[in-house]
Amino acid sequence: MIPELGNFAAMLALCLAAGQAVIPMAGAYYRNQLWMGLARPLAAGIWVFLLLSFACLAYAFMHDDFSVAYVARNSNSLLPVYYKFAAVWGAHEGSLLLWVLILSTWAYAVSLLSRDLPLDILARVLSVMGLVLVGFLMFMLFTSNPFERMLLNTPAEGTDLNPLLQDFGLIVHPPFLYMGYVGFSVAFAFAIAALLTGRLDAAWARWTRPWTNAAWAFLTVGIALGSWWAYYELGWGGWWFWDPVENVSFMPWLIGTALIHSLAVTEKRGVFKSWTVLLAIAAFSLSLLGAFIVRSGVITSVHAFAVDPERGLVLLALLLVIIGGSLFLYALRAPVVKGTASYAGYSREIFLLVNNVILVVATAMILLGTLFPLIHEAIYGEANRVSIGPPYFNTLFLPLMAMLAFALGIGTYSRWKRTSVQYLWQQLSKVLFASVALGIVLPLLITGEVNFGVMLALVLALWIVLGIANDLWHKTANKPSRVKALVELGRSYWGMQLAHFGMAVIMCGICFTSNHSVEEDVRMAPGDSMSIGSYEFTFDGVVERSGPNYVADSATIQVTKNGEKYLTMHPEKRRYLATGAVQTEADIRVGLFRDLFTALGDPRGDGSWVVRIHYKPFVFWIWFGAFLMACGGVLAVLDKRYRKLRVRDGKAATAAPIPAGTAEA
Amino acid sequence: MSNRAKLFIPGFFFVSMLGLLLFGLFRDPNLLPSALVNRPLPEFSRPDLFDETAVITSDMLKGGVFLVNVWATWCPPCHVEHPYLVEISEREPDITFVGVNYKDDPKLAREFLDERGNPFKHSLVDADGHLGIDLGIAGAPETFLVDATGTIRYRHVGVIDNKIWDEVFEPILEQIK
Repeated sequence: MIPELGNFAAMLALCLAAGQAVIPMAGAYYRNQLWMGLARPLAAGIWVFLLLSFACLAYAFMHDDFSVAYVARNSNSLLPVYYKFAAVWGAHEGSLLLWVLILSTWAYAVSLLSRDLPLDILARVLSVMGLVLVGFLMFMLFTSNPFERMLLNTPAEGTDLNPLLQDFGLIVHPPFLYMGYVGFSVAFAFAIAALLTGRLDAAWARWTRPWTNAAWAFLTVGIALGSWWAYYELGWGGWWFWDPVENVSFMPWLIGTALIHSLAVTEKRGVFKSWTVLLAIAAFSLSLLGAFIVRSGVITSVHAFAVDPERGLVLLALLLVIIGGSLFLYALRAPVVKGTASYAGYSREIFLLVNNVILVVATAMILLGTLFPLIHEAIYGEANRVSIGPPYFNTLFLPLMAMLAFALGIGTYSRWKRTSVQYLWQQLSKVLFASVALGIVLPLLITGEVNFGVMLALVLALWIVLGIANDLWHKTANKPSRVKALVELGRSYWGMQLAHFGMAVIMCGICFTSNHSVEEDVRMAPGDSMSIGSYEFTFDGVVERSGPNYVADSATIQVTKNGEKYLTMHPEKRRYLATGAVQTEADIRVGLFRDLFTALGDPRGDGSWVVRIHYKPFVFWIWFGAFLMACGGVLAVLDKRYRKLRVRDGKAATAAPIPAGTAEA
Repeated sequence: MSNRAKLFIPGFFFVSMLGLLLFGLFRDPNLLPSALVNRPLPEFSRPDLFDETAVITSDMLKGGVFLVNVWATWCPPCHVEHPYLVEISEREPDITFVGVNYKDDPKLAREFLDERGNPFKHSLVDADGHLGIDLGIAGAPETFLVDATGTIRYRHVGVIDNKIWDEVFEPILEQIK
C-alpha cells in the first residue's frame, strides 16, 4: 500500500508540475495576475507530494519491503538502518527521485525567498523549473520507477547494497552533489526568464547571484566529499582519477565558477550580459549532460550506474528539448540583452574575463578528454577504441590552473573600468617578490630538493595568500580600529577572500601530496616492522571479526612516532555475506599535516600479508580548501546587500529596467 | 560571419555532441575485427612485472591455450574488468592468463594486483607501448586468445564480464580445444 501511495504522490506531483510549467508562463504572457499567482502554491504542492513520495520509498527500505523491486535489489534485512536509508538513493531509480525532490526543493525555496521579485519574473522562473521537473518526473515514472513491485514472486531477502556504497560518504555525497547540480537550474531558469523578457539588468544579476553561489557551494562540498570517499573507501590512496563520472561533476563546477565571476561583472558594470546568460545555460546543461553520461552507460566508468540504452535514449531526448531549446532561444534573443558599457585594457572586467576564458577552456579540454574515446571511435570505427589517461588531463589542466592563480592575484587588486599599471605594481610588487622568494626558499630549507613543480605551486599559492593579507592590511589602514574595520568589510568581500584562500590551500595540498607522499607495499609477517620518516609501523597479525552483514580479516598495526607509542590501526578486508563481494576497508588517520593510511592486501600463505602503508603529507588540505571555498560561497550568499537592495530593485525593475550609471542597449 | 549567426554556435556545438552521444548509445560495445586474427602472436621479450631482472619471451607462451590481457591501472574499464578476470582464471585452470601491463607505472600495477588478486600466471611490462603497437591495440583493455600453436584466434576490445565470457569466449574455446 505504502509504495503505491508513493507512486501516486509522484504522479500527482507530475500533474502539478505540468500545471506549473504552463499556467504561470501563460499568465506572464497574458499579464494575468491570477495565473501568475498560482506559481507559488504550485511550487509548494509539488514539493509536498515529492517529499511524501520520497518518504514512502524510505519507508519501504526501512521495513524491508522486498516486494518493491528497487528495494530488493539494493537492500538487505541485515543492512544497518542508516545504510537502509542511504540506499534510497544508492542506485539509479531512487537517486532520480532524490534528484526531482531536490529540484522541487530549490523551486520551493525560490518561491519562499523571493517575495520581492516582480511576479512576472517569478512566474517565468518557476515555470521553467516546472518544465524541467516535468521532463525528469516523466523519465522517472515511465522508464525507471522506483516503486515497481514484484508481487508474484517476492524474494525473501534483498540482494544488498553495493558494498562500495556502504559508507558515510555515500549518505552525504549524492545529496550535496545533487543540491549543486540541480541548484544551477535556478540560474538557468533566471537566464531563460531574462531571454524571454529581454530584461537583463543589475537587478537581474543581483537576484541570480545568491542562488548561483549557493548551488556552487553545495557542488563544491559534493565534489570534495566524492573525492574524499574515493580516497578512503576505494582504498587506492588516490583522491582524483579523471574518471568520466568525476569529470562530469567537475565541468559544471568550473562553469559555475566562471558564472559566479561573470555575474559579478554583469551586476556591477552591466556588461558580459549574453555571455553570463550563456554560462548560466551551460552550467545547468553540463549538469544534465553529467546525469546522462552517468546513467546511460555511454562511457565506461568505475562508478557509473547500470547500463540501459533505452533510458539513455529518453534522457537524450530530454537533453535535446531542455538544452537545445534554451540554446535556440539564446541564439534568437541574445542580441536583445546586449550591454555596451566600456572598459579599458587593465580593469577588473578584463581580469574576470581572463578568469572566464581559462575556466571555459579548462572545461572544454575536460569535455574533449571525456568524450574523446567516443569521438575516436566514431571516426576510426569500433576496432579503434582508446582510453584517455590522467596524463592528458594533468598536462593540460595544471598549466591552466597556474595561469588562473596568477590572474587571480592581479584581478582582485584591479579596479572596475580602468586600473593603472603603476597602481598594480605599487600594490603587488612586494607580494610578488615575497611569494617568489619564500616559494623557492621554503621547499629548499625543508626538503633540500629542487623540485620546480613544488616551487611553482608554492609561489602561486603564496601569491594568492600574501595578496589577500596585503589587501586586508591596506583596506584597514587609516581606520581607528583595525578589527572593527575588518568586520565592516562585508560578507561578500570576506566570502571572496575565503574562497580564494581555499584555492591556495587546495593548491598546496595537491602539490605536496603528489610530490612528497611515501607509498610502500610490503609483505609483513606478524612482528615485522617498517619505518617511514619518524613513524614506525609494526604488524601484529590478522584476526577474524564479524560485522552486521560481513565478516572481516582485521589486522592490527602498531604505530610509533620517534620511538614512542603513537596509535594503533586496524585495516580490514571485508567479505559481504549477501553478495560475497570483498571490500578493502583502509584505516586512515587524518592529520593537519599528514595522513597515515594502511590497507590490507592478500594473505601470502605463510601467515604473512601484503600490507599497504602510505604517508601522505598535506592531503587533508585538499578537502579543507574545498570546504573553505564552500564557506566563502555561503558567506557571499549571506551578504546583507541582497536583502537590503531586494525591495528597491524589485520596484526599480518594474518601473525602469536601466540601472543608474550604465549605458544600456 | 554576422554577429547574429555566431549566436547559433553553442547550439550547433551542442547538437553535434548530441549526435555523438546518440552514436555512443547504439554501438555494439564488444565488436572488433582484427588484422592479427589467425596470425601468429608477435615475437617479444619483455621484463617480468614482479621481477624486473627476469624476462618473459613469446617462446615461453607456447603449448596450451593462452589468454593475453592488455591492461593498465589508469584505465577505468580495466578496474571494472579485473574481478571477472580473477574469477574466470580460477574457473578455467587450463587457460594460462598472461597480463600485459601497458604504459603503466609498474609499482602501481604491482600494488593493484596484490590488492585485488592476480589472475595472471605471467605479467609483463610494456612501459613504452611497443608490444601494444605490435599487437595493434587501440587502448586498454584488450584481450587475445592464443591457441596451442601460438596463433591468435580471437581479439576482444573492451571489458570482459561473465556474460561476454559465456557468449563469446566459450564458443571460440570449444573450437580451439
